[in-house]
Amino acid sequence: MATNTAAGSTNLLKLWPWVVVPLVAIVLPFLFDSGHAINLLSHMGVAIIFALSYNMLLGNTGLLSFGHAVYYGLGAYVAMHLLRSINDAGGEGLPIELLPLVGAGAGLFFGIIFGTFSVRRAGVVFAMITLGLGALVHSSSLMFTDFFGGEAGLFGYRDEAPSLFGVDYAPSRNVYFLVVAWAMIAAILIYLLKKTPLGWMANAVRDNPERAQFVGYDPTIVRFIQFALSAMFAGLAGGLFVITDEIVNDEAVNALTSGAVLLGTYIGGIGYFIGPIVGGTLVTFLESSLSAYTEAWVLYFGLMFIAIVMFAPMGLVGIVHTQYLNWKAGGWKGNTGARLYILLTGLVGIFGLVCVIELAYHYFRSWDPSAPFALMGVTVDATNALPWLVSFGIAIIGFGLMLFHGNPMLKRKLGAKSDGGKA
Amino acid sequence: MLETIAYSIFNGVLYGTLLFMMSSGLTLIFGMMGVLNFAHASFYMLGAYFAYTFGLGTGFWVALFLAPIAVGAMGALVERYGLRRVHQYGHVPELLFTFGLAYVIEELVALFWGTVPVAYKAPAALNTTAFTMFGLDYSWFKVFILLVAVAMFVGLWALIKKTRAGLIIQGALSRPDMVGALGHNVPMVFTLVFAFGCALAGLGGVVGGIHFVTDPGMAFMMGPIVFVVVVLGGLGSVPGALVASLIIGILQTFFLSVNFSLADSIGTLGIENSGFFGVLWHMEATRIAPVLPFLLLVLTLIFRPRGLFGKREA
Repeated sequence: MATNTAAGSTNLLKLWPWVVVPLVAIVLPFLFDSGHAINLLSHMGVAIIFALSYNMLLGNTGLLSFGHAVYYGLGAYVAMHLLRSINDAGGEGLPIELLPLVGAGAGLFFGIIFGTFSVRRAGVVFAMITLGLGALVHSSSLMFTDFFGGEAGLFGYRDEAPSLFGVDYAPSRNVYFLVVAWAMIAAILIYLLKKTPLGWMANAVRDNPERAQFVGYDPTIVRFIQFALSAMFAGLAGGLFVITDEIVNDEAVNALTSGAVLLGTYIGGIGYFIGPIVGGTLVTFLESSLSAYTEAWVLYFGLMFIAIVMFAPMGLVGIVHTQYLNWKAGGWKGNTGARLYILLTGLVGIFGLVCVIELAYHYFRSWDPSAPFALMGVTVDATNALPWLVSFGIAIIGFGLMLFHGNPMLKRKLGAKSDGGKA
Repeated sequence: MLETIAYSIFNGVLYGTLLFMMSSGLTLIFGMMGVLNFAHASFYMLGAYFAYTFGLGTGFWVALFLAPIAVGAMGALVERYGLRRVHQYGHVPELLFTFGLAYVIEELVALFWGTVPVAYKAPAALNTTAFTMFGLDYSWFKVFILLVAVAMFVGLWALIKKTRAGLIIQGALSRPDMVGALGHNVPMVFTLVFAFGCALAGLGGVVGGIHFVTDPGMAFMMGPIVFVVVVLGGLGSVPGALVASLIIGILQTFFLSVNFSLADSIGTLGIENSGFFGVLWHMEATRIAPVLPFLLLVLTLIFRPRGLFGKREA
């Protein structure tokens, strides 16, 4: 009995992120109250739902999809058509707060239709089918201009629709709170789904489909249900996007949107529930903020993705989590210095690399390469050899020290420790 | 009508041979290594850009050989220092790695050569008219494309089936340990196969960059269609890739060149030009053409995942 209560209270204590995160989310728009910042926050909320829905496939069921934007986009289009009919009816009809449910319904509908034939096999076949479906739907969006609105897209007005609570959705802050509410609902539902027998079977099907079948579960059915539900949440995100942006065009169903959600989810970490949350937030932030600073943001994004795939397949959250566990188990004793040294030299190397890339973009892309430009706060001339030498030097010294001095040092210390009888 | 058919067959074969040049390397790499290279179209793009840049200095004919070699060298580096490391995690991370690589290569190309198309043209000798058909002139360059594709197919087939190197490659796929025990460096074999596949894509780019347009979007344009070819032909099958390329080439060119819709030929039957089926009924064939390859891809994967000539499922 006593142990039960103890376990219960620690479980309750473990729920602290579910209280802290929404509180932070509610405070944020008061700290960053510019219109741009609040729009960015709303987009992050939408991206988080989308990434969480994507991870139901990739992380939980082991299905790599190259066409998840199909359900996001179709959900958005259906929701947009409804919003337009509400606008046309003079603001009578479904309350705007429930519009994402329409997107979710559309996502579920198309998820069931496309899911029936996509999920029979996992792996490369599934990836190729989703790639084909994505391209198919995107090409169709230019064929069926009535539904998809052609190249201009479709637009509607969120403030010309009834509200359940009498809220005026013209100010973007009110929209943001709606996004937070839906994001919380979606996150809780997706989290709880993970804890159901379905969620566990999805993991089993991911890890060993033959064995799951042997136990008596049909992997195809498990994949199908996960796929349809994931499409539903993607559609929900699409429906929310209609409210935040009031416009949908073919970008919502194209391959770049599918690619961005894959990249973001993977960078965040597919093995953790908060991985897609971190990834979705980061991608949205980079896309809007970094792109204001530098043209090279897609390159940074791609390089970061490749680095994660090669060196840290568990994503950013995975890096932090493994180091945390290691530290908690005493694995850092006697080598904290070496670890910090590797981190520091690595950061120096990245700094040098960033300088090189920025110089290259200025040199090749600007009209006048010799025009002075500010690199990390220093005004330099990209046609001179000096800034190039310094930047390359920093990168080489940083990465060199990390690989050929820091790593062997850490290995030596760990080796000395394991010789001492402790792994 | 005859004119339309002859026109679409000839141009379709031309387009098909270009598709074959792009996809043969991809199917070869998959057949030998089990790696589906998402960045294959990016190597095709690099081939076009390298040929353009080398061509400025050396002329087209030297660049025709130099560019594929340079692309192959880049492929070798990617395999040795990237893919081989990711290989231990399984096939999905391999696919993801090449997916990320496609983004990076596109950005780097846009960085070095700019976002607008470069003026990559055929040499003057190939720009003269070879023959005229139905009032349309066909240049020697188009004949050259056909010749390169035929040489590529025969060379590949002979390499795999008739040479000792082909034997070792096939052996390394099914029995890597045994081939290693016989004294062959199996990882090196894989690196060479990957480099060779990339070089083939590069050669496709040298030719395709002239026929189409050489800009940073070309990989993104062709990437999905190359996958369609490889899946339809059967992953790993070079003859399959050839047949699939020709099918897609002819089919797509035919749809682009006829003026046809169901409503025109059968009659409207009282079906209005609205709603999903109504719009489809009235849709002109030219607007259906871009969708066709992807429809074929999805149908193939549903009904025959091994494709036309594949030995195993994708």
